[in-house]
Amino acid sequence: MPAKASRAAFGEALLDLGARDERIVTLDADLSKSTMTVNFAKRYPGRAFNLGIAESNMIGVAAGLALTGRIPFACSFACFIVGRFETIRISVAYTNANLKIVGTHSGIAIGEDGYSQMGLEDIACIRALPNIGIVQPADELETKQAIAYAVEHQGPLYLRLTRQNLEPVCPPDYRFQYGRWLVLRKGHDVTLIGSGGTVFNCVEAAKRLEADGISAEVINAACIKPLDEELLVQSAGKTGHVVTAEDHAVAGGLGGAVAEFLTDVLPTPIKRLGVHGFGESGDAKGLYAKHGLDPAGIAAGVKKFLHR
Amino acid sequence: MAEVRLESIARECRVQILRMLAHAGSGHPGGSLSVIDILTTLYFGRYDAKRPDWPDRDRVVLSKGHAVPALYAVLAKAGYFPERALITLRKLGSPLQGHPDRTALPGIEAATGSLGQGLSISLGLALGLRLAGSSARVYCVLGDGETQEGQVWEAAMSAPKLGQPDYALNNLVVILDYNKIQLDNFVKKVLDIEPVTAKWQSFGWPVIEIDGHDIAQITKALDQAEATTVGPTFIVAHKGKGVSFMENDPEWHGKAPKPGEAIKAIREVLGITEGAWEDYLKTDSATREIVTELSALEKK
Repeated sequence: MPAKASRAAFGEALLDLGARDERIVTLDADLSKSTMTVNFAKRYPGRAFNLGIAESNMIGVAAGLALTGRIPFACSFACFIVGRFETIRISVAYTNANLKIVGTHSGIAIGEDGYSQMGLEDIACIRALPNIGIVQPADELETKQAIAYAVEHQGPLYLRLTRQNLEPVCPPDYRFQYGRWLVLRKGHDVTLIGSGGTVFNCVEAAKRLEADGISAEVINAACIKPLDEELLVQSAGKTGHVVTAEDHAVAGGLGGAVAEFLTDVLPTPIKRLGVHGFGESGDAKGLYAKHGLDPAGIAAGVKKFLHR
Repeated sequence: MAEVRLESIARECRVQILRMLAHAGSGHPGGSLSVIDILTTLYFGRYDAKRPDWPDRDRVVLSKGHAVPALYAVLAKAGYFPERALITLRKLGSPLQGHPDRTALPGIEAATGSLGQGLSISLGLALGLRLAGSSARVYCVLGDGETQEGQVWEAAMSAPKLGQPDYALNNLVVILDYNKIQLDNFVKKVLDIEPVTAKWQSFGWPVIEIDGHDIAQITKALDQAEATTVGPTFIVAHKGKGVSFMENDPEWHGKAPKPGEAIKAIREVLGITEGAWEDYLKTDSATREIVTELSALEKK
């Protein structure tokens, strides 16, 4: 499989799922060409609604549709949709409405558009809300399976997708399971957990670390809420060191979730790699290098953490 | 006369609102009393909610969630739960939460109270019912102060166009409970929302203005909305509160009456003079029980 953006895989999955399930509807806020629901809208015009640049209303309308039995996918850039936090808090999470919030263009990897378009605090916000799960797939295969799962899942979900292409990381026989992580590479010195856009770089970093005599166990954490607690305890118990790498603020993201959980059940030294500050314009590769999220940066972060 | 029956139910609900707020010791009497004639007309005049889980039921979304005591009084009167449960309002473990909670109490359609969200949900409900081929209707009750929220105007702009050309949301009626008072002060002093009618008309809504305490006018406006084919209808319901010492006083928007004040207000709501009150109570055992209960509460 060639590299593909998870937003593109999402758009393709919806087209396919839409034919099988009439309950699926999409809502957009003038970004359907970017969130990739545009083809769904062309094929199923009576089931796609563009609410204009009015995300709060879009989320509320989606909640109402969910309460009448539709399965709405409410889509925008991660920062814009999660920015309407109070509407998500009450109309979606508290209501336990069966709708799927799709945040595309997550992270600094969107590049040139710069900080105002980068979803960097969305996981932290959604994580604080009861009822709503968070899924961030790492490649095309996983995205398509995660979207198919989202249709079956009862209750609200937040799906965090990328603008940039993602190299395949999951094996061809992979089956997405909600709340389950995937070990991509076995190791015994350190547990290296990535999610979404950083997973491939974690695998590459592990190869570099191996050359330096460090055995990293690489985990793809597609589900950020709930965590795969069993796998996390098992791996952290084995390696004794945990590093998380994510294209999200270091506060409150995957790393925060992992740290909070392990602090309670298995206190383990943890290093959280992620984005500091608001982000800025630039090319995606350069931004990943600047924030230490490229393979070299992740490998360096692990080595520094292990004092090696 | 249908109106006489509805007026009588609304009066009984007013008594229950005052009773439960006195028991709770907090809550919003103003907004609850001002909206009661509308809710009574909806639930007992046209609302056809045989079961809270029936897909084709009409939906009432009380967007001004702080007025939920009025909704509880109506739901109890309609038999959703026993009236004696009303005094558990706002108490730990009660499904009668301080603001509506659809996960806690059957009959509540939407979690509201975080103002500005109910109209968007109502749009979604109305569109979803259209998609499902249902003829059910959606009634959204907005507070006047609530329309200062930006999300309301996103929804206002969207509603007349949403679903077009396949669907027209003429199954949606929005009723503005225009009691002119919000928490801090009179609406016109905090942030005037006028010209209300012109604003909503300019957003593409047909607007009907009525006296929100006149059940005949409420009924007529709802009939008119139901006959409309082009899209949703906006009803401006001008209001007072119906209790002399509470009416036109922002202090009573968000302050619960003490039990003694509640008894006085109940007497006024029932239209009984102070001199005739003792004799009246001998003839009305239900009210007598409530007054006895409130007197005991006052002594605590």
